[in-house]
Amino acid sequence: MISAMEVYQLLPKTNCKRCGLPTCMAFAVGLLGREKKIEDCTPLLEEAKYEKKLAGLRELLAPILSADATETGMVIHPEKCYGCGNCVVACPVNVANDPKGTAIGRGPVSGKAILMVEDGVVKCVHVDECRRFGPEKVLCNACIATCPSKAIEFI
Amino acid sequence: MGLCTGCSLLCDDIVVELDGDKIGKTMNLCRKGHAHYNSLGSERLTPSVGGSQVGIEDAARAAGELLAGAENPLLFGWEGSTLEAQRAGVDLAKKLGSAIDGPSSYSQGMIAEKILAGEIPTCTFDDVRNFADVSIYWGDDPSSSHPRHMSRFSYFPRGEKRQKGYEEDREAIVIDVRKSPTAQIAADGFFKISPGGDGAFIEALTAALAGKIPKVEDKKRMLNLATKLRKAKFGAIFTGLGLAHSLRGDLSGFTALVGKLNELARFSVIPSLGDYNTRGFNQTLFDETGHVDAVSFKDGVSYGRKFGIARFLDSCDAVMVVGSDPAAVLPAALARKLAKVPMVAVGSHRTITSGLARVSVPTAVAGLEAGGAGLRTDGVKVEFDRLVGSVHLSDADVIRRIMEEV
Repeated sequence: MISAMEVYQLLPKTNCKRCGLPTCMAFAVGLLGREKKIEDCTPLLEEAKYEKKLAGLRELLAPILSADATETGMVIHPEKCYGCGNCVVACPVNVANDPKGTAIGRGPVSGKAILMVEDGVVKCVHVDECRRFGPEKVLCNACIATCPSKAIEFI
Repeated sequence: MGLCTGCSLLCDDIVVELDGDKIGKTMNLCRKGHAHYNSLGSERLTPSVGGSQVGIEDAARAAGELLAGAENPLLFGWEGSTLEAQRAGVDLAKKLGSAIDGPSSYSQGMIAEKILAGEIPTCTFDDVRNFADVSIYWGDDPSSSHPRHMSRFSYFPRGEKRQKGYEEDREAIVIDVRKSPTAQIAADGFFKISPGGDGAFIEALTAALAGKIPKVEDKKRMLNLATKLRKAKFGAIFTGLGLAHSLRGDLSGFTALVGKLNELARFSVIPSLGDYNTRGFNQTLFDETGHVDAVSFKDGVSYGRKFGIARFLDSCDAVMVVGSDPAAVLPAALARKLAKVPMVAVGSHRTITSGLARVSVPTAVAGLEAGGAGLRTDGVKVEFDRLVGSVHLSDADVIRRIMEEV
């Protein structure tokens, strides 16, 4: 999990407000929440003295910006996954949406499952149903806590 | 809906997209099951005699002749065979007057025998899902061996009396020598013991349940565990190889502990057996002889450890291994002994054992290329149909074919 402080350390720390936010710390939080892009910080791109910081920031945020990460920041490491389905059955939203399937331990049948096991590894499908999605998000961690192989993480 | 014969959970909610006779996208299969499904097209066994490729008829004939010409043949394996094949196997053993044994003779056979004899109480996975509030995994790591064990049956799903889910309604306790992936999920419920320390743990827990001070380092934690078990309404104990090997055949303490727990509430034992129909072989042989393994039909029915593979290899002059790969799991000294005995391998895939065999007879993969029935590890009978076509005969047909040649 990347902290806002780690991101802040790689920003200009001038609070220039050109990104539209009052402070660099607010921008760091915005970057983590995917509300802002690195390009919104123009001094970082334009001024040569921030070159190193920019490279470091891109490296740090690579997992968040990669195609693997969902909108909620969930990253699944398929090489670690056992396909056990613990996360599928433990997910409170899956259970609520699917009383005849995941709620009783079987594969999802409702068509609204957030997580399901496909070809032996778990896959995130209906990310918009996740409690971590959207402005009213809740920091639920049922899928991480129940994973025996630490194949799921939120960034 | 398909069924998976990848392990003894026999999951029956598998969704498969078929492309002709090929497996396409699959849903709900764990990694192990997915590998099992995808093994259809690779490393398949071919009929051979003395290293030369022959037709299936010639291979079956050679197998029959090899067995018929032996004084002390052994029919070993059967944990990866359908109930029909196991039944035919027992008939073949009777016809040959041979010994018959399975991997349970060096794994959880003694626990399985006590369960089948009614000396240790058991229940089905549906009972566990519906009623169990305490699940004990003893020397057992289902996250690694039976990936969907916890999610389908024993810990995470909701059930009739367990509507609130694992966080409020269930307790997982793991007793193991290392912090296994299952122990990571149980977190506070993990009890680490030293290798071979199961007997001492049983003693300490029995003492704690009786209200005595247990002779362990962390007395408070053991007493807390005893209190937790006293408050349980329905307990399930899942045993693994760790417990079976540690107790070295002496189950008296464990049986007494389960008896003691049953005075407090219902506690049932379900062994986590390995291959998909290990329980089926145990039941088939138990129904016939009253024992789950290590039986000889030479002079009537005799039972004894001397008929188990570990000791019988000394006097054995032919062995037929069916749906099993003992050379991969036996200690090297025993595997070397096995390699010296003239062998017939019957199975769907090439294995280390089939590489040592003089005669190889291929079969279809049960549940995928052939139908049949098996017993889930909790004893529930599950029937399955074939999903795809195959040129191979089913394992039951192969055994019957070999029997005709004897």
